[in-house]
Parts: sequence; structure tokens; C-alpha cells
Amino acid sequence: MGLPDTDMTARGPLPASGAWAKAAREDALARMTSMGLPTRRDEYWKYTRPDTLTSVTPEPAAVFNAEEMPLYDTIDRLKLVFVDGVFDAAASDDLSLAGVEIDRLADAAQMDIHWAKDLYGTLETNGQTPVERPLAALNSAYASDGVLIRATGKAAKPVSLIYRHADANSDAILHHVIRVEEGADLTVLENGPAAARFNKVMEVDVADGGAFHHVRAQGRDHERRAVTHIFARLGRESTFKSFTMTVNGVLTRNECIIEFTGDDAVAHVAGAAMGDGDFLHDDTVFITHDAVNCESRQVFKKVLRNGATGVFQGKILVKAGAQKTDGYQKSQSLLLDDDAQFYAKPELEIYADDVACSHGSTTGAIDEEALFYLRSRGVPPVLATDLLVLAFLAEAIEEIENEEIAEDIVARLDAWLQRRRD
Amino acid sequence: MLKINDLKVKLEDEDKQILKGVNLEVPAGKVHAIMGPNGSGKSTLSYVLSGRDGYEVTGGTATLDGEDLLALEAEERAAAGLFLAFQYPVEIPGVGNMTFLRTAVNAQRKARGEDEMSATEFLKVIRAKAKTLKIDADMLKRPVNVGFSGGEKKRNEILQMAMLEPKMCILDETDSGLDVDAMKLVSEGVNALRSEGRSFLVITHYQRLLDHIKPDVVHIMAAGRIVKTGGPELALEVEQNGYGDILAEMA
Repeated sequence: MGLPDTDMTARGPLPASGAWAKAAREDALARMTSMGLPTRRDEYWKYTRPDTLTSVTPEPAAVFNAEEMPLYDTIDRLKLVFVDGVFDAAASDDLSLAGVEIDRLADAAQMDIHWAKDLYGTLETNGQTPVERPLAALNSAYASDGVLIRATGKAAKPVSLIYRHADANSDAILHHVIRVEEGADLTVLENGPAAARFNKVMEVDVADGGAFHHVRAQGRDHERRAVTHIFARLGRESTFKSFTMTVNGVLTRNECIIEFTGDDAVAHVAGAAMGDGDFLHDDTVFITHDAVNCESRQVFKKVLRNGATGVFQGKILVKAGAQKTDGYQKSQSLLLDDDAQFYAKPELEIYADDVACSHGSTTGAIDEEALFYLRSRGVPPVLATDLLVLAFLAEAIEEIENEEIAEDIVARLDAWLQRRRD
Repeated sequence: MLKINDLKVKLEDEDKQILKGVNLEVPAGKVHAIMGPNGSGKSTLSYVLSGRDGYEVTGGTATLDGEDLLALEAEERAAAGLFLAFQYPVEIPGVGNMTFLRTAVNAQRKARGEDEMSATEFLKVIRAKAKTLKIDADMLKRPVNVGFSGGEKKRNEILQMAMLEPKMCILDETDSGLDVDAMKLVSEGVNALRSEGRSFLVITHYQRLLDHIKPDVVHIMAAGRIVKTGGPELALEVEQNGYGDILAEMA
């Protein structure tokens, strides 16, 4: 990484903590300082300018107050609300849920010992090689809030993290740690713009036979910026499924770093992004197969217009001995006009000889044949285009297992399109 | 119903005249067939009438109940009551057949200033119509034409026609790629739609489709013009002797 372009002392002291958190934060600060913050010269920051993510103070972002249909509203869930990155107990449900233990990071960090001690910053550290991710280390050092979720059985309902944005100058750092114990099953939902600038890390440790489902909706506020990391470690016969919908936002960098450590596990990561105008969306994925007979699947779709930019950097690394690996990677963009841009960098690195890995990246326009077919049936071109846009995104949305949630996501995408149609 | 007067059409990107003055009138409630050798302009006529891009009208008119079709966008022609059953129905991955049909039905209703059809009403109607065309629930759920056999695609075209209830139906080589049973099924679907207020223009290469969908009038098209018009017996003549005699007669 390049030289730090900001003075770290300007960020102030690390949050006050108990013994375990203090050590973890100091280690993280040391990691970040030795790496330095990312610059445009770094290989994985070629297409996305990191300066507004690394600066000491964030660019302001107007709070977008629009009447919107509420997301996940029909789903029975445990709601945990953060406003500009600070937990709002009054707006949240009680932190009690059958099959799950939940603590607030702000509380747990004051304790001398906590189960999260073995994970906080640990999965992040593992994910720093071979590619450095200094903004995640910055997060581990400075995050003062977040949730620590430990699923010991089948969670009675999804845990829903709601990120509200109230202050046009807010700079939020949240760090969540999730441990899915053997055979346990947890769904985490996320939505909301969060802050003017949002740095979020989620470390997910799925033990043997555990299942983790994640559905995230990023969007709404046009001027918001976000950098997020998911670090996942997957045990034997475990399942990890993550889907992200992104609409609006001048800058979104979503990194997902997954490591298979146990055999016969499955990981699917998918994303559907729609950008109009001043919008940059970057999916950076790194999947390491270090176990036998694991399946990884990446499906990323982007619809871009009016100068919106999409970036995809996806890598599958198959280590020696990770035989019977089944790796699949697909990144596609639909450019609705000549001003939109898509940069794709798919990578495969394979050191085992009995594997099936494939990747495909395409950039295209609306299919004229399909458009005419729809029009010949009486569907006006704008509506027909929207139908084809949703059809294009469908393959990514299909990665959501819960049909009710999937329908909710489609309805939200449709509403977004409709607002631009009327 | 449909009146085509001296219609001249060339390709937009190429200096190639395809239709060189087509005259044709299909009255309400009638079935007209167009036969003709490959390259005579039959499919071009169907595309130009339905509003496909890529063609330039260099002369003549085409009206539907007096309305200038050529001045309308493709979707407006559909709302005005024109329907083209495609020779090669398009596959649309990701769009469910049912969603597609409901969007189309309601878009047309909206364009005509009518109320949209409710989900329940739509379901009731489509189920009944699908059943007569032997289209099962799975075909309705699947993405439009994706993985459909040739016969299924053509039946799906007829289902769309049945749902949209157009007044002028153009069938572009609907018999191509169909086996005998499928042709019978499709023809029955078309015949069930025949009514006083609805007209058909059936484009085909072969007499056998016309055994099932009996035309009132048969036109022979060659080199961008209608060269001969007659009764159903004209189709039989073509079947027996080919186009050679007719074209020679014209020469």
C-alpha cells in the first residue's frame, strides 16, 4: 500500500475499552499503520478512487427524505436500529431471541472477556493476505459500535440491522461479529443508508454444519458513501449465502472475503446493483478454497445509465489439495446508454488439478429483439425496458432462498424503476 | 379492416427494395392467406405492419379501420388491435410468461383507457384459455419461450392472441416447425378465435395449414407484389404445381 495520506492522530484516540477489545484495537491500528491507507496506485483501487473513504472528515451527504415502501415490512424479525452508526435502544427490539445471544459491541468492549475476543479482528487479519484491506483494519481499530451475535440453534427469526441516516456530516464505523455454532442457523438482514460515510465490517464464522443467510439492501441517499467488508470463515458442511441490492449512492465498495476451511461447504455471493447518474458501485470478492469438495458461486449484475460506473474484481483461489472444488463466477452489466461504464477483473488462481472453475463477464445493451417482442404486444418501451432490467437482475435475486424476502427485494427494485418512469 | 395501398418498403441500411407496391384489403371477419416463394416479401410485410425497426416505407399506406398504422409506434399498433404471431417467437429469460402476458394485457387496456384486469380475474381467464391450448401451469410460470419446443412456442403465440383479443391477426408462418398434431392444436386455437369482428392474414408456404384454417381469399406474393388473388383453390394449385406456372403466367 502507499504512504498514509492522512495523519492518523487526527482521528483521535482509540475508543476506551476493556482488556480484550483494547488489545484487538491496538493490533488493528498497528496493522493499518504498517499497511498505510489505500491510494489510486494500488492494484485493487484502480477503478475506484479511495480518497473520499480515507480522508479524515467525510464529504457531507444530504439526508434523502422520500416516501418509500418499507423494506422487509412483512417479515417477522428482530429489529436493531443504528442512527448514524450509533445503536438506538429506544427504536430497537430487546436484544433477546431464542437460539441467539446478542450483545452490543459498545457494551461487550468494556468487559474484560467476551466470546467475540477470538474473532474480533481475527478474520479481518486472515483476510489481509494476499491482498491488503487497510480500511477494514481502520474499522477494527476505531469501531465503537456494532453487534456481536452468536447463534447456538436455529434463530427464531431473522436479525434485522436497520441503518438510519440523520446527520448530513455523519461518519459511521460499525463492526459486527457473528458466530454460527455447529448446526445453528441464522439470517441477518441489513438495510438503510447508515450515514454520510459508512465503514462497516462484518466477521462471520460459520462452524461445521452451520448456515448463515444474509440479505442486504443499500441505497436511498444519493450522496452517501460506503465501504463494507464481509470476512467469512466456513467450516465443514456449512452454508453461507449473501445477497446485496444496491441502488443510489455516489460510492459503494463492497468487499467479500471468504475462506473455506472445512470440506463440503457451500458459499454463494450475489449482488444486484442499479445506478443512474453519479453512482459508482464496486464489488470486490476474494474466495479461497482450502478444503475439499466445496462449492462457491458468485453472481453479480449491474444496470447502469447516465454515467453510472460499475466495477467488479472477483478472484477464486484454489489452494493445493483443495480437490473437487466447484467455483463459479459471473459478472454482468447492462449498460442502458453510452455514458455508463463497467470495469471487470475476473481472476482464477488454481493449484489443484481436479477442480471445476469457470468465470464469465459480459457487458451489453438491452436485447432489441426482446424489446420489439414486448412492444408488439402493446407494452410501451419504457415499461418493456424495465421488465428486461428486472429480468437481467433475476439470476442474482434468485440466490435469495427466502421467497418472501426475494419478492420484497423485487418490489423495491420495481419501485425504484417506477420512480424514474413516471 | 386492414387496407394496404401501394405499399413500398426498402431496408433502412441497404439500398434494397423489398415491397414494390403491395395492394391488399382484408374485410372484417375474413381470413386471407398469403403464399409465395422465399424472398417474396411476405415476412417483411408482417414486420412493417407491426412496426419493427429496420425498414423504410418509401410509399403507399396501411390503415386499420381507417387509422394510419404507419404513423403509430409498435405498441400503439398493438393497442389499436393489431397482432403479429411471430415466425420465431423470442425467448426472454427472467420474465415469467404470466407476468409478460399480464403486463401486455394491462398495458393495452391502459392505452385504450380501460380498467386494468385484476390479478384474480386475469388468472381465471388465462387458465381457461391455456387449457384449451394444452398449455400447462408450468409453461405459464416459466420464462417467456425459454426452453419451449417449437410447438410450445407457437401455442404460446396463440395464447397471447387469445388473451389480447386483437381485431387483426397476422400469422407469420405459424406452421413452420410444427408436427401434424401441433398444427391441428394451433389451428383449433385460431379457429376458436374466428369471429365477425376479427380478421386474419395467414402467411404460409404450405397448403396444409390452410386445410385447418380455411381461408376466404388466397393471395400469391412474388417479388414484392401481390401477383394473383383467388379463392381457396389457388392454394391447392400452388400445392400441386408450385409457383412456376403462376409466375410464368404473370411474366
